[in-house]
Amino acid sequence: MKKITIDPITRLEGHGKIEIFLNGGGEVENVYFQVPELRGFEKFCEGRPVEELPAIVTKICGVCPGCHHMASGKAVDAVFGVEPPPTAKKIRELFYMAHYVHSHTAHFYALAAPDFVVGPDAPAAKRNILGLIEKVGKEAGLEVIKQRRIAQEIQALLAGHQTFNIMNIPGGVRKGLTEEERDDIVEKARGFIRFAEFTIKIFGDVVLGNKAYVDLILNGPYKLNLHSMGLVDSNNKVNFYDGKVRVVDTKGKELYKYSPPEYIDYVAEHVEPWSYLKFPYLKKIGWKGFIDGQESGVYHATPLSRLNAADGMATPLAQKEYENMYSTLGGKPVHATLAMHWARVIELLYSAERCLELATDPEITGKDLRAPLGPIPGEGVGIVEAQRGTLTHHYITDEKGIVKKVNLIVGTTNNNAPICMSLKKAASGLIKKDTEINDGILNMIEMAFRAYDPCFSCATHSLPGQMPMILEIRDTGGGLVKRFIRN
Amino acid sequence: MEFKPRIIAFLCNWCSYTGADLAGTSRMEYRENVRVIRVMCSGRVEPSFVLKAFASGADGVLICGCHPGDCHYQEGNYRCLRRFTLLQKYIIQMGIESERLKLEWISASEGKQFAELVNSFTETITELGPCSIREKTKILL
Amino acid sequence: METNRQKLKMAVYWAASCGGCCVSVLDVHEKLFDVVAAADLLFWPIALDTKYRDVEEMPDNHLDLTLFNGAIRNSENEHLAKLLRKKSKILVAYGSCAHLGGIPGLANFTSKEEIFKRVYHESESTINPEKTLPSPVCEVKEGTITIPEFYDDVRSLSQVTDVDYFIPGCPPQTERLVEVFTAIVTGAELPPKGSVVGAGTRTQCDECIREKTENKQIKKFYRPWEIADDGITCFLEQGVICMGPATRSGCGYRCIKGNAPCRGCYGPPAGVPDPGAKMMSAVAGIIDEKEPGEISKVVADIADPAGLFYRFSLPVSLIRKKVS
Ligand code: SF4
Ligand code: SF4
Ligand code: SF4
Ligand code: FES
Repeated sequence: MKKITIDPITRLEGHGKIEIFLNGGGEVENVYFQVPELRGFEKFCEGRPVEELPAIVTKICGVCPGCHHMASGKAVDAVFGVEPPPTAKKIRELFYMAHYVHSHTAHFYALAAPDFVVGPDAPAAKRNILGLIEKVGKEAGLEVIKQRRIAQEIQALLAGHQTFNIMNIPGGVRKGLTEEERDDIVEKARGFIRFAEFTIKIFGDVVLGNKAYVDLILNGPYKLNLHSMGLVDSNNKVNFYDGKVRVVDTKGKELYKYSPPEYIDYVAEHVEPWSYLKFPYLKKIGWKGFIDGQESGVYHATPLSRLNAADGMATPLAQKEYENMYSTLGGKPVHATLAMHWARVIELLYSAERCLELATDPEITGKDLRAPLGPIPGEGVGIVEAQRGTLTHHYITDEKGIVKKVNLIVGTTNNNAPICMSLKKAASGLIKKDTEINDGILNMIEMAFRAYDPCFSCATHSLPGQMPMILEIRDTGGGLVKRFIRN
Repeated sequence: MEFKPRIIAFLCNWCSYTGADLAGTSRMEYRENVRVIRVMCSGRVEPSFVLKAFASGADGVLICGCHPGDCHYQEGNYRCLRRFTLLQKYIIQMGIESERLKLEWISASEGKQFAELVNSFTETITELGPCSIREKTKILL
Repeated sequence: METNRQKLKMAVYWAASCGGCCVSVLDVHEKLFDVVAAADLLFWPIALDTKYRDVEEMPDNHLDLTLFNGAIRNSENEHLAKLLRKKSKILVAYGSCAHLGGIPGLANFTSKEEIFKRVYHESESTINPEKTLPSPVCEVKEGTITIPEFYDDVRSLSQVTDVDYFIPGCPPQTERLVEVFTAIVTGAELPPKGSVVGAGTRTQCDECIREKTENKQIKKFYRPWEIADDGITCFLEQGVICMGPATRSGCGYRCIKGNAPCRGCYGPPAGVPDPGAKMMSAVAGIIDEKEPGEISKVVADIADPAGLFYRFSLPVSLIRKKVS
């Protein structure tokens, strides 16, 4: 048995390690995606006043702090048994849409696009945003950085700081929006829409215009038949901030639709001794191991799964693209891992449109920012769609609102088992007996997890000075069998 | 081995220290495990002094000041009382028994009271046993 | 950024971190091109494909500057801290986690055992009848795989290795980083080793624009949701605990501008070793009561003093860990 270690996995948020075992015949026996890290927020939030949590939990993830801030803010409202006034809710959602624009923009351009635009087996030195700029022009590169900056600035304006968010207070928000600020955001949101449309065009030209890529999406080793999870509004349209969680099976049929406090009946987590990250699954089906298919309890919580789980998008331009995607890919649901990138740019467009809707809403500059609080019921669940999957915060407090228990099911965690399985599928499909493991093969394995966006999205992974990736194949005794250097 | 508690006492110069002195000169017996630190006023005892004492291995900390109304700086002992109340709440949260931190008013003439206080506090701490802060907070490399 | 020098060799690493510090580096936005012109980034897991082995193979002192963010939570964090120390001429503890232990440092209120029990055995959604726990060395059927060892407590960077400078903040303000970076690149004279850079020396209160009086007097403390903040008056004067008096300036009082009280992520101001002790003294100083019973009542309203006064700094505080 031989072992390949990739440590750390780069370009993704948090830490990760991949172990690939090859059998005597040189074929993939198994793949382990290990998360070597735990910080224990569930435990050390105990004893804190619950209103402090929305700010504390932004430190779970500095890449998607806004998601935690929102899920936490909603869980805290529930602990107090209040609904924020409409203005407060809209301000929160407006912030959240800017957060989506920022995250999806960065992910698409820094991680996904280079693989397609420059080519999945192009040399690593080209397969980055600089290579991308070479192809699509420098203007476009600067535009990406600019739009991401603007989205960060809107977040900072509404939430105190783009990474350290402090806007949520039980029953509402701490600060309102002035007319001037609103006008400014309206302009910016229009820019987001133009930019999202431009992004979709790039995706169309580069990826869909190339038959080889469409083949790779549809028939490559990147496909997992799993159930799909996503938050939907009352019309079963995709929503990121509020609604019910809907789960459809591998064939697209609705399995469940639950409201936040009911999550505990539908989702459970499994523990493996070789990773600090748990493996969520659908509780009513049960943990059946790392398998896909209708019988499996494993589900996807990704941009694509959200589109699969919903009946459409709530904004017109995004809805058009939604229809276009499903008709191109042969109807719902779609299980091709790489179609997540397509789903993501459709979501980018939705976020931009929704941003404009909210910014032009007359209520957004209202003065009623906080609902009055009564006695404290002491338990609450808040759910939002994080970019990387359905995010659940569950708090239990005493009658004074001091935290007794915290349970978290975090975006990427939902996809822990799918990522393991995707990697195994990709590796098995790509590494055969006597395969020369080269740059392209390794990148194609990485593409499997990159699609999940467990990663940090930024325009810089392309910096000059990039080092090659080195892979080692060891025997089980730890002896080096072969070393691959990716230049 | 017999446990000899290490006790740090912060005594205000004007009343309590004089009281302690009186206890000494009158040859009243009190336990010898107390290290006295003289301060100008109990209001001068910063929370960091107390925490530093615990962190450096004290098993108990005693603060003594003038009786209410007698502070030579008017309000110093009230300030001390407020800090003490807050510190108590804090050390309990850190898993330290509240009995390990004590505040008493001792006047210049209360030598006997001081001797008794020290004896009873020493007894309390002896019963509690050693404070494990220094051990538990060590950084093992 | 004008420079004729050789390009700086630089690394940015995250230990027990949220990634927000790395984002703060990226939030230089368009200026990124200047940074790239002045420095070669040789190791940056969030963005670059460098692997650990590449760092191990660098000669000692190969890196001119390493920004280390995140706390020390496990054996891998500690290993990388020591490794990067060896490979770097200047090692900077970047952000509250590396500087003070940060939010992950709140784990020093509990222990490894309690955290594991909560996360892997008791959490509402976990089903684990075999009581499996992650283990550093694990035999799977194909062979042996390992994960780092989770420590019993959290440490700051300087508690495990020698640190040259500290840049505070959770995360640090990007503008401040650019200033420090520019100083290093242009070869400006650097402050003495061990200094806090990229921040002020005074307190938040010294900069904050909320209206305040010299003699604050408080008879009751409130939790932020118990009052209707007027948006103008100093939080402490409204009876809401604000860490301003015990916190270093430099963030541009960004929370306060968002109508939230400061929570102390910039750490203590110059000359103050323990921010919580300083805060206890400040709070005790404004309580307007003399009777023990009344004082106790006022203090009772301060929920969770330890978690509030040491929100970002528990691992470096005098009593750095809960006993028993
Ligand atoms: S200091 Fe703050 S922003 Fe930086 S890694 Fe720690 S928690 Fe994240
Ligand atoms: S206590 Fe807070 S609100 Fe008041 S002056 Fe200081 S920083 Fe400003
Ligand atoms: S106001 Fe306080 S908590 Fe907020 S960023 Fe500044 S130092 Fe940190
Ligand atoms: S002088 Fe004795 S307590 Fe102030």
